[in-house]
Amino acid sequence: MKTFANSLLAVLACAATTVGSAQTISLQGAGATFPYPLYSKWMAEYQKLHPSVQINYQSIGSGGGIKQILERTVDFGATDAEMTAQERAKAASTLHHIPMTLGAVVVTYQVPGVSTGLKLSQDVLASIFMGRITAWNDPRLASLNPGVKLPGTPITVAYRSDGSGTTAVFTEYLARISPEWKSSVGAGKSVKFPVGLGGKGNEGVTGVVKSTPGAIGYVELAYARQNKLAIASLRNQAGKFVEPSLEGVTAAATGRKLPEDLCLSLVDGPGARTYPIASFSYILVYQEQQDATKGKALADFLWWAVHDGQKYGAALDYAPLPKDQVPAIEARLKQLAAGGKALISRK
Amino acid sequence: MDARSRLAPLSRTGSPAVLSGDRVFQVLTALFAGLVVLILAAMAFQMLLASLPSLRQFGWGFLSSSEWDPVLDAYGALPYLFGTLASSFLALLVALPVALGTAIYLAEFAPLWVRRPLGILVELLAAIPSVIYGLWGIFVLSPWLRDSVQPLLQRAFGWTPFFQGIPRGFGMMAGCLVLAVMILPTIASVSRDVLLAVPDTIREGALALGATRWEMVRKAVLPCAGSGILGAVILGLGRALGETMAVTMVIGNRPEISWSLFSPGHSLASVVASNYAEASGDLYLAALTELGLILFGVTLLLNIVARLLIWRVGRGPAGARH
Repeated sequence: MKTFANSLLAVLACAATTVGSAQTISLQGAGATFPYPLYSKWMAEYQKLHPSVQINYQSIGSGGGIKQILERTVDFGATDAEMTAQERAKAASTLHHIPMTLGAVVVTYQVPGVSTGLKLSQDVLASIFMGRITAWNDPRLASLNPGVKLPGTPITVAYRSDGSGTTAVFTEYLARISPEWKSSVGAGKSVKFPVGLGGKGNEGVTGVVKSTPGAIGYVELAYARQNKLAIASLRNQAGKFVEPSLEGVTAAATGRKLPEDLCLSLVDGPGARTYPIASFSYILVYQEQQDATKGKALADFLWWAVHDGQKYGAALDYAPLPKDQVPAIEARLKQLAAGGKALISRK
Repeated sequence: MDARSRLAPLSRTGSPAVLSGDRVFQVLTALFAGLVVLILAAMAFQMLLASLPSLRQFGWGFLSSSEWDPVLDAYGALPYLFGTLASSFLALLVALPVALGTAIYLAEFAPLWVRRPLGILVELLAAIPSVIYGLWGIFVLSPWLRDSVQPLLQRAFGWTPFFQGIPRGFGMMAGCLVLAVMILPTIASVSRDVLLAVPDTIREGALALGATRWEMVRKAVLPCAGSGILGAVILGLGRALGETMAVTMVIGNRPEISWSLFSPGHSLASVVASNYAEASGDLYLAALTELGLILFGVTLLLNIVARLLIWRVGRGPAGARH
């Protein structure tokens, strides 16, 4: 009986403690659902390299991730949209945004007779979502798509009915290209769409689009590619029509100067190859880590993710960080410290 | 005379050991019963607390405002309340006749070899997860409504306010039909059990007085089963009010109040479920919680009304099962 109690105690000790020499270090993260497939891949690969570090990520949504990191119930948070000023004000100490990967939002549609290659300009896209263009044979659509036979089907707009980073990026883009959208609707994780039907999640929007002739909606790039949805080409700032691609998304962040907080809006970016609806996805970490061992493990993991980890992105349809932005992220990671001592000691 | 007063003279008053065991048992069950009340009260209190900012900001206006704009931090519950109530009651309107018909057939007319399998099938329908109903709604029901049913309705009744706008399949009509299918088995199977519980002496009496089968059901069996059937209806309505997944998949998720069955709507349960995870503003969170509070209030109110109704009906003819 006594030996049983002892072994039970040993098991409990192993499972519970995180500090110690040969023991498992367990890191908890929570937040955005969008980068979840990539983050779980990273965590699996990283554990192969460092068996003692166990990282657990719960994809509960960006809002939940922000709430949990503010309450310090997790070691790191994750969010697609940068934190608002109101949220930042709640942080007890310096909380950093670390860009980890890039995502994009694409416009998907179902127009009878037009299976691929629909082209949309900024004002036409905004007018459709404002409810100003109501049928597919509108002359403005026709002039953008010469040679395409557009039917008179009424347009059904499909949007995300749940709060989401995808909506935040998409509406940020619409607000950037259309003053009317900016003043009457605005940007955010959930907004009051002037027209259309709501679907829950990427799959909900896809459900509406797939089962409604004449529908147009927006979903994540990765989701659209994996489900082989019809994707529209958008006219970018340079006036070129671009189909969404990982290169086009990375191009949106290439050669741009990152601001002090590393939060850079990538919508409607410059460059001929740039896809216009792109965004960073961030991990949120406190500059001052409370536990040196855990802090060190977290910093090392993040360092690995922005370097070696990037190569796992393409297979999962995540655009890699542009090479010229990595130094700024490195500098930020080097600021992570515990007890006044930097956690990453590289040149 | 209820069970307890009937049993009281029969229970043992012998050895103290048995008595103390009884005592422990009584206290234990009272504790559990108390816990249920406590959980309910704690939930209501927590929700009230969490929705305080919204209660303070909007007051009663929250119930009458149709504005819902997270960007401007302006919130009103009316379209959601409307959507929940309208879809649930319409669903009830559609489901009730079918469910009652099924129950009466199963209990009174069906031969034994039909009764068992059909009864099991009906109960099976109640066990299907709501997301499956939702998928059926997206891929089967709403295209069918859009292409066949709604254009027909519009041609025939387009002059009424109920069938206007572009038929899109998704919307109030799809929402209430999916709900109707979902609550149908609940109402049907509970009503059947209630009808079966009506004592055969009542049927025999009615038949002996020269009633036909139909007259027997209408004049003798149904009045006896009234309060039980009402309970079944309330059970179904409760399921419809709280249903989240299936509704959100087909109703169109647009906070809109319209007479037209073609136009999209929204519901209290689905807006809370789909927005809570990503909501971060204090007022936004409070407003969402207040929607939950309203749903809580609606179900509570419904149950009170149901209690009163059952109580009234229950005092009718004797022999009904309570």
